[in-house]
Amino acid sequence: MAQMTMVQALNSAMDVMLGRDPAVILMGEDIGYFGGVFRATEGLQRKYGEHRVLDTPIAEGAIVGTAIGMGVNGLRPVAEIQFADYIYPGFDQIASELARLRYRTAGDFFAPVTIRTPCGGGIRGGQTHSQSPEGIFTHVCGIKVVMPSNPFDAKGLLITAIEDDDPVIFFEPKRLYNGPFDGDPGKAAIPWSTHPKGEVPEGHYTVPFGKADIVRAGEALTIVTYGTMVFVAMRAAASLGVDAEIIDLRSLVPLDVDTVCASVKKTGRCVVAHEATRFSGFGAEILSIVQEECFWDLEAPIQRVAGWDTPYPHAFEWEYFPGPERVATAIRAVLERT
Amino acid sequence: MVTTSRLHVPRTPARPGEMPDFSYLQLSPAGAVARPEASAPARDIGALSLELVRVLDDDHVAKGPWHPHLDPEELQVGLRHMLLTRLYDERMQRTQRAGKVSFYIRSLGEEAVSVAQCMALRPGDMLFPSYRNQGVHIARGMPLVDLMCQLLSNTRDMCKGRQLPVMYHSVAGNIFSISGNLATQFPQAVGWAMAAAIKGQDHLAASWIGEGSSAEADFHHALLFASVYQAPVILNVVNNQWAISTFQGYAGGEQRSFAARGPGYGIAGIRVDGNDFLAVYAVTRWAAERARTGAGPTLIELVTYRVGAHSTSDDPTRYRAKDDHRHWPLGDPIERLKRHLIALGEWSDERHRLLTEELEAEIAASWKEAVAYGTLNEGPRLDSGLMFEDVFKEMPPHLERQRAAMRQAAASAATAARAAAASAAGASNPAKD
Repeated sequence: MAQMTMVQALNSAMDVMLGRDPAVILMGEDIGYFGGVFRATEGLQRKYGEHRVLDTPIAEGAIVGTAIGMGVNGLRPVAEIQFADYIYPGFDQIASELARLRYRTAGDFFAPVTIRTPCGGGIRGGQTHSQSPEGIFTHVCGIKVVMPSNPFDAKGLLITAIEDDDPVIFFEPKRLYNGPFDGDPGKAAIPWSTHPKGEVPEGHYTVPFGKADIVRAGEALTIVTYGTMVFVAMRAAASLGVDAEIIDLRSLVPLDVDTVCASVKKTGRCVVAHEATRFSGFGAEILSIVQEECFWDLEAPIQRVAGWDTPYPHAFEWEYFPGPERVATAIRAVLERT
Repeated sequence: MVTTSRLHVPRTPARPGEMPDFSYLQLSPAGAVARPEASAPARDIGALSLELVRVLDDDHVAKGPWHPHLDPEELQVGLRHMLLTRLYDERMQRTQRAGKVSFYIRSLGEEAVSVAQCMALRPGDMLFPSYRNQGVHIARGMPLVDLMCQLLSNTRDMCKGRQLPVMYHSVAGNIFSISGNLATQFPQAVGWAMAAAIKGQDHLAASWIGEGSSAEADFHHALLFASVYQAPVILNVVNNQWAISTFQGYAGGEQRSFAARGPGYGIAGIRVDGNDFLAVYAVTRWAAERARTGAGPTLIELVTYRVGAHSTSDDPTRYRAKDDHRHWPLGDPIERLKRHLIALGEWSDERHRLLTEELEAEIAASWKEAVAYGTLNEGPRLDSGLMFEDVFKEMPPHLERQRAAMRQAAASAATAARAAAASAAGASNPAKD
């Protein structure tokens, strides 16, 4: 075991996979010589060479398009899109091609491509470096969508993604790269070395998709969340002294419906929280499933906490961010109804 | 009134009722274009992107440095593949008109592109075709029955009923899946070629798009990555002059040839008479040699003409001059190769007639077999539960639930239908019980 930040854990996952499987290659903007703008691929080109860790031109559509061709020719590309906000030029290649290749060829062709991309706000990135577009991709059939919340899960999930024969979009909440941020920007940063999930095995291990993590067991209500909002939810529940059960989904597609519904049937109350915008967001899907599966066990209407339905504003970052107070308000609302 | 706007709108030479006009085409005489070594740096051979490589002259004589000197037997094979492609197209077009197939796209007049290029490559080279390259499937020996079953979305459909007709693929034939989204296969072919280079394979990738599709970002992405990584790839722009109703000038062909996009990216660009089997073959062999020896990618513009409609859903008489293909200065690829072989003393009108009969019989027999596996309207059908497979490698629980729900709904509907039929039978024959 070693102490790792999320960035180091991701780096370790790629290091392990480059070492184990000659078919694995990395590609992306600034990822090679420089090691990536968030340092996730630092040292890997030096270690594995320029043919395994490719610096690419600034063309996301081409990064995804060529990764598909490489995947068809037996490689296992891990493509970095520098910010999730930059993924849209590659959208057609992801949604129309990558996600549907296995389907349209009845399984004859597939491309085991992993797309890593930093998402979320909280770093003063403005509207072009803060988005959480996961809900756009969960709506695409044929692609798995993952978002870890800590170093241990990040490494295990990324190895699972790379070994998976289906395409995976791997969202990395960049505000969590260096510590379990709980939504209070005024407080001193908490490093991963203080958190048990900062303990990461150095070798190969996997965290499976479709298996949510109950990060806090409780009886009073269920909070379903993922990514940055996991620690915000923890703080909100703690501030109210509420015995919340907090579920970190880890993978959105496939979704661990059983864990979510078992919890809601037990608690009868549910809050869904994500940083992405609210309207047509992934939270709406969770709400629908909980309503369909747990309606007769619900004691109160389900509450949603999400980013406002606006672009991420540079000057009002913390008014926009769905911080602990907004989660606490939602918790109170589901608990008030008796 | 005189308009003095600086906004230029590309001119379409001949709309319905106008005289066909192909004077815009830049032509070179057969045999006139120099043939540089395949190792020539892209920067030294820019002129190839503006000239037009032609081997067969108007008298069907092969001449000049691009003459590939193929054996007559090889030329006869090429003729056979092109003729089979055309006859297959004609027959499948008729089956669409008869309502047996939902949609069809012919490659009429463009057969040399797919057939000659495919024959100039090796079986291990990976092809990323567009939807008008059926000749590559024919030239790679794909059974007609397999192609027809795809068109019919029947029980032997390689795509299990998931793709529009003509979107074939073949793992065994090294032919990638066709996408209905234009130009997406271009960067994918470059990626495949990059992987071949990374893995130390000797193979190359080849891909085809239309000149209209070259407007898509994917075209430019492909050229950029092919140039940056010197990928062993042949990128083909089939300039058949029309993107449905839109003339090639709207894709940027009015100001500069499509082949000339290549030198802009540091890639060899070469323009070839796409209806000249020998020239297409020779240029493709040259490009393949470049790719295989590390001289880099090549962009080939194949100048040809879409004689037929864009697809069975299209009516070109609404937007272009009727019979304009009769005025097309580069003729017909099958007729030209046939005349060349006859001039060589290696073919005759009689042999051509016999070959046509033989191929038509083969197509008819294949069709008879294919429809036995089902059509859209009759015969055996694919299990609709197949629609839930292959979304992912393993079926996730939510798709299992949806498949079960669909089957239950179908079973309930069948039960209700039986009950209604029974009650109707009872009502019409009250004496029965």
